[in-house]
Amino acid sequence: MKPELNLDKCMRCGACVGSCPANAIFLKEYTLEVNDDCTGCGLCINVCPMGAFSKGGK
Amino acid sequence: MVKQGDILEYDVLVIGGGPAGSTAARYAAKNGAKTLVIEKRQEIGSPVRCGEGMSLAWLDELDIKDTTKWVSRYMSGARIYSPGGYMVEINEEYAGNEVGGVIERDAFDRDMARLAAEEGAHFMVKTSAVELLKEDGKVVGAKATHLGKEFEIHAKLVIGADGFESQVGRWAGIYEAIKPKDIMTCFQYRLTNIDIDADFVNFFMGSGAPGGYAWIFPKDEKTANVGLGVQLSRLDGSKTPKDYLDDFIDSHPGLKKGKPIDMVAGAVSVTHPPERSVADGIILVGDASRVVDPITGGGIVSGLKQGKIAGEFAAEAVAEGRTDAEYLKRYETLWRDKLENKLWRNYMAKEKAMELSDKMFDKIIDALSELDLKKVNVETVLEGVRKKYPGIMEEIEKML
Repeated sequence: MKPELNLDKCMRCGACVGSCPANAIFLKEYTLEVNDDCTGCGLCINVCPMGAFSKGGK
Repeated sequence: MVKQGDILEYDVLVIGGGPAGSTAARYAAKNGAKTLVIEKRQEIGSPVRCGEGMSLAWLDELDIKDTTKWVSRYMSGARIYSPGGYMVEINEEYAGNEVGGVIERDAFDRDMARLAAEEGAHFMVKTSAVELLKEDGKVVGAKATHLGKEFEIHAKLVIGADGFESQVGRWAGIYEAIKPKDIMTCFQYRLTNIDIDADFVNFFMGSGAPGGYAWIFPKDEKTANVGLGVQLSRLDGSKTPKDYLDDFIDSHPGLKKGKPIDMVAGAVSVTHPPERSVADGIILVGDASRVVDPITGGGIVSGLKQGKIAGEFAAEAVAEGRTDAEYLKRYETLWRDKLENKLWRNYMAKEKAMELSDKMFDKIIDALSELDLKKVNVETVLEGVRKKYPGIMEEIEKML
């Protein structure tokens, strides 16, 4: 399942984008998008220096 | 101004206007190639995502004479601290400019772009590549957007210089996933109103920054970039790099009263050199090709050196009319001859250093601190450690 993103914490640094093994995360003009290629591995939760990602709700 | 549906024609298209991309463009243009750099951000060099400590031992090689626009402070040396407070000092006088200075990274990136522009390279900012154009599998340019207009850039050779989060490499099919143990995730404040020795860069090893290190890079007498990097495989989501840094600052009285005037997050690869950095019609440079020093996490200097090689090679390949993968392998050989040995050596050393316990860092740095570092090299280091701790020599020799 996709992670939940708290955009208030996101610094748009790209750490998750470059680390995502599924290439499922993209920086957009004003947001960050996790697409359906996400395998739910959770790496982005750990890599984010700010803790902006958390486990998805369902 | 570019219009919807335009087709631009170039010899060389560089995607990414960081130091490696600009330097590739500089040397491609200097050697006669019609060159365009596109940068997705609206301003080259900004926002800064960097610790800003950099060696200055490469200036002659890149023919750079004027550093006044971007060196904020020259360093007298480096100090490396163990968790228990042991310290070893490396004097810049004997390190041959390897310690270098602390720079203004945004001004630096713009200066590298200026050098490219002076050679005739074109630049477009706020311009994103959205996909690579291919003909029979060969990359022949990119589709890009600028202020809501979509257009095409046709190029004989594309240079991917889009950094850690490189999409270009993935699109070209030369992407190799980085292992979590080879990714450092970093956080930094610029703190002002702090008490530091502003003539030294400082590195703090040990479990305060698991698998990485914390740094203090002085910007002026009262201000420094204070940050750290943690190995991704040692993070479980319970404590972020920011949490680690906040703890580090709390435990240093000289820093605790500091006030943050800037915050930087990011990740850096500390992996081995890639299997491949070329495909039909495309080559990669800089962080996109993972030429970051695995020990320091510094990527600028190898990116610059590789960028020069890439630019000179690109102009030659275009002039020869050969941008097929077979010919582009020459670029691989050129940059590997210059950079690969050191990158591999430092990767192996990093793999060992990451396993050291706090106690071992204390022992090693204590032993090193008694050496005459005017003559620091592998032999003097081993001798110093052997004298003090004969028992741990085996471990150290394995590491080195």
